Amino acid sequence: MSAGPNLGRRRFLKVGAASAGALLVGWRYATASDRPLPYLGAQEEAAELGPFVRIEANGQVVIGARGCEIGQGVKTSLPMLIAEELDVDWQKVRVEQLPYGYIETDAGPSDKYGPQGAGGSDDIPTGWKDLREAGAVARWLLLSAAAAKWDVPASELRTESGKVYTKDGRMLDYGTLAASAAALDPPKDPVPVKTPDQFRIIGQPTRTVDAADIVTGRAEFGIDSYLADALVAVILRCPHLDGTVDKIDDAEARKIPGVKDVFAIPGPAPGAPFDGVLAAGVAIVAENTWAALKAREKLQVTWTPGPWGAESTRALSAKANELLDKGDDGVSVRRDGDFAATRKQAASRVDARYEMPFLAHATMEPPGAMLALDKDKALLIASLQSPGGASQVISALSGLPRKAIEIRMTRAGGGFGRRLNNDFVAEAVLIAQKVERPVKLMWTREDDLQHDFYRPFGVHALSATLDKKKKVLGWSHCCAATPRFYRSSATDRPVYTGCLEPDDFPAGLVANLDKTFFGVTSGMPRGWWRAPLHTFHAFAVQSFIDEIAVATKQDAVQLRLDLLGAPRELPYGGHGGPVFDTGRLAGVLKLAAEKIGWSEKRSDGHGIGIACHFTFGGYAAHAFEVSVEGKELVIHRAVCAVDVGRVVNPLGLEAQMMGGTIDGISTALNLAITVREGQVQQRNFTDYPLMKMAQAPRSVEVFVVPSERDPSGAGEMGVPSAAPALANAIYAASTVRVRKLPMLPELMRLL
Amino acid sequence: MEDKPIRRAKPTPIPAVAQSAKEKTLPLRVNGKDYFHEGDPDMPLLWYLRDVLRLTGTKFGCGIGACGACTVLIEGKAQRACLTPVKAIVGQDVVTIEGLASAQLHPVQQAWIEEDVAQCGYCQAGQIMAAVDLLRRAPKPSDADIAKIGNLCRCGTYPRIRKAIARAADKLQEGKA
Repeated sequence: MSAGPNLGRRRFLKVGAASAGALLVGWRYATASDRPLPYLGAQEEAAELGPFVRIEANGQVVIGARGCEIGQGVKTSLPMLIAEELDVDWQKVRVEQLPYGYIETDAGPSDKYGPQGAGGSDDIPTGWKDLREAGAVARWLLLSAAAAKWDVPASELRTESGKVYTKDGRMLDYGTLAASAAALDPPKDPVPVKTPDQFRIIGQPTRTVDAADIVTGRAEFGIDSYLADALVAVILRCPHLDGTVDKIDDAEARKIPGVKDVFAIPGPAPGAPFDGVLAAGVAIVAENTWAALKAREKLQVTWTPGPWGAESTRALSAKANELLDKGDDGVSVRRDGDFAATRKQAASRVDARYEMPFLAHATMEPPGAMLALDKDKALLIASLQSPGGASQVISALSGLPRKAIEIRMTRAGGGFGRRLNNDFVAEAVLIAQKVERPVKLMWTREDDLQHDFYRPFGVHALSATLDKKKKVLGWSHCCAATPRFYRSSATDRPVYTGCLEPDDFPAGLVANLDKTFFGVTSGMPRGWWRAPLHTFHAFAVQSFIDEIAVATKQDAVQLRLDLLGAPRELPYGGHGGPVFDTGRLAGVLKLAAEKIGWSEKRSDGHGIGIACHFTFGGYAAHAFEVSVEGKELVIHRAVCAVDVGRVVNPLGLEAQMMGGTIDGISTALNLAITVREGQVQQRNFTDYPLMKMAQAPRSVEVFVVPSERDPSGAGEMGVPSAAPALANAIYAASTVRVRKLPMLPELMRLL
Repeated sequence: MEDKPIRRAKPTPIPAVAQSAKEKTLPLRVNGKDYFHEGDPDMPLLWYLRDVLRLTGTKFGCGIGACGACTVLIEGKAQRACLTPVKAIVGQDVVTIEGLASAQLHPVQQAWIEEDVAQCGYCQAGQIMAAVDLLRRAPKPSDADIAKIGNLCRCGTYPRIRKAIARAADKLQEGKA
C-alpha cells in the first residue's frame, strides 16, 4: 500500500457540469428552501496539482479533505496541513470532501488519497507527514511554473498568500500559474516542507469549515442522502443474541400504504466472523421512512432464541469474579520480576476490583446507508469510519470488483468506533439485491442500542505491595473480560488485545509486575469504543493509585510522580508507541494539579480528584472539584491538561478535550448496556441516558502544554482519565469509593 | 482506473407536493410557504419535512422526543417534530433550521459559528431551534434557564452551546437598544 500522495495528473474531482451534477445526486432537493442549491455552475477550466489541490480558473483554491469527518474535526485540520505548505490564505480556501480513493496499480490495490478511515486518532500524525508533503509539492509546481515564465531560478522566488514573488517585486497569483503548473511533471526528489517558524496556518485557532452549512441545515450527513427511485428500508432484527427467524406474519404490515416488500435477512452463520450483517432479521421496504416504520410495528415475527439464553450481566460478573478468585487459568500479558515474592516482604498491601459494563456507541446519527447497486457498479453514500471496509463488504457480498464501487463519505453524526464496522452496509447490499432498486437503509435508536459492537465487559483486580517507606514493590493487574476480538476475521491477535495493554503505566516503573488476562465467554458482539482499552485501564489503574495513596496516607499526585520518576522514554509496544514519555505524563499531571489548586485545602465539603493517562501518543490529565449534597453530585470545576505535541488547530483541540471530558463523565456516571436472557435490555435514550446540559459542567477548562514535537491525534485522549479523576474526586468529597460503573447508581447505592 | 464518478449525475426529482388544496389534503405552512399534504395524516412532521419536503436539516435521533435532534418551531415554540403528527399542525406556522435565516443569519446561528460550537454537527440544528425559543421567552437567560434545554449532544459541546447562547442574547439585546 502506498500511503504517500499519489501525485501526477490524476484528477481528484471532476470539474465542470459533470461533477457539479454528481454532487447533486447525493444532495437533497430542498423544495421548501428559499435558497438555490449551492451549485456554482460549470467551471471553464481547472488545474489539478496532485490529488488534493485544485485551482479553478477564477483563482479559487480548492483543497480536498480525505478523512471521515465524525466530529473530530479532520475536514478542517487535514486541509490546514495542505494549505500551510501550499502557502495560501486559509480564508480563501474552499474545502471539499473527497470520496473513497480506491485505485488499482501495477503493484496491486492502493489508496489514491492515502489512509481515509477514522480510528486510533491517526489522521493528524499520518497527515503531518504525507499531506504537508502533498501541499509542498503543489507549491513546488507553482513555483516551477513561475520560474519558467520569468526565466529565473525557482530558488530566487518566494510565495505568500497564494502568490509568487520575484526578488524585484514582480508578482503572479496561483490562479494565473495553475494551468502551466498542472502540466509539469511532479518533482523527482522530495520537496522540503516549512520549518515551524514559517507556519501561518498551523497553530492558528480555526473554526470548522462546515460551520455555516451546519447552522443552516445544509450540511449533508449520510441520513440526508436521497437517490432517484430509492426505497426506504428498515429491519426488525432478532432481539436474541444469535437467534433466528422462525415465523413471519406480515399480513398487517403489507397493508400499510407504501409498503413494497417484506422479507427475511439471514444472520451470520453460527460462530462465523461478523464481517457481514450482525443479526438475523426481517426487512421492510417502503416508499418512505414513516411507512416502513409503521409497517415494522405491525410485523409479527416469532424468533428462535440463540444459544445464549442464559447470558446475563449478573452471570458475566459472577464468572469474571470466579476466574479472578481462582486466578490459575489466565494468559500472562506481561511479567517483570517476581510479584508473588513481594507479598512476603511487603509491609502493606492494597487490593481492589473494578467492574466496567458493556457500552453502546449511541452516535447521534444512527447507522444507515444509501446504496445503489447495479449489475456492473455500485454507489454508496453514507456516514462511515471505514470506507475501505465498506468497499470490501460490498464487493464480497455483491461480487462486484472493488474498482466498480464508488463510495462517498458525508459528514457523520458521530462515530466513536461504531462505524468501524460496516454491518449496516452489508444489510443494505442484501436488501438492494432483493428489491433491485436503490435502497436507503434506516436504523432507529432502538436498532442502534440493541445491535451494536459493544465495548467489552470486564472486571479488573489490582493488587499492590508496598515496603515500609510506602514505596510500591509489586503491582498485579488481572483482567477478566469478554475479549474484544470475538468472531473476528483477525485471528492472529493475542486474546487480551483491546482489553489489557502490556506496556501501559505503571509497566516498566515497578520492578515486580504481573499482568494477566482471563477470557469470559459471551455472545455479545464487541467492538472499538473511543479510546478503547484505555477507558478500562485508566479507570482501574488511576482509581487504584488513589486507593493506594489513601490507604498509605500519601499524596496522590506525589505518588504518581514518584512512580513516573525521572523524565525518560520507556518502550511502548501498543498503538501510539514506540515510546511512552514519563516526563510528558508527569507534565500534564502537574499542570492539572496546579490549575485545580491541588495543594489548597478544601474546607467547604468539596473534594478534588485527579488522574492521568497516555493514549495513542497523547498525554492527558483530568482534575475535578465536586461535592455530594444529599443524593446529588455537583461538579464545580472540570480541568483537563493535555500534551499532544504541536497543536495544529487549537480551537479543535480544545473542542476534542472538552467533548472527550464530557463523554468520559457522561458515560462513567450513567451509561451501561446490560444483557439478560441473551437479550440487550436498553432500548432508547430513556434507559441509556446521555448527559444533558443540566448535568454537564458549565465549562471544561482546557490547558495545553506547548510543544515542538510532532503532533499526535486528539480525538480520544480526552476520555480515559476523566472517569477515574471523577471517581477520585467523589471519594475526596464523600469518602465513598465507587469501583463499579456506571458511577451514579453505584454511588447512590453506597451512600 | 478512471476516476470519474461511475453513476452519472441524475438529480433527484423534486418530490410531488400538491400545489393547491384538494379534498383530503392537509394545508401546512413551513418556512412561510404553503403545502398540501396528501399522504398519511398521522405521519410525524419529522418525516414529512425530511422525506416529502427534503428539508433534511431537521434530524432524526430517537423517535420518542427524548433527544431533541428534530426540534422545530411551531408557532414560535420549540417542539419535537418526531412526535408531532402533521394533522396536529394544520394552519400553524412551522419554522425549520432552513427557514431561520432571513437576509442574514439569525443571531443564534451567527453565535454558533463564532463560538465554533459544532463537532459532528448532527444535533446542532435542534440545539439552535431550542435556543431561539429560549431567547424568545428569556431574553437574558440565566445559567439555570439555559440548563433547561434538554437536547442531547453526544459530542459534549454543551459548554460552547452555553457561550453561544450568551453571545446571541447579547447580540439580540444590542439589536433592541
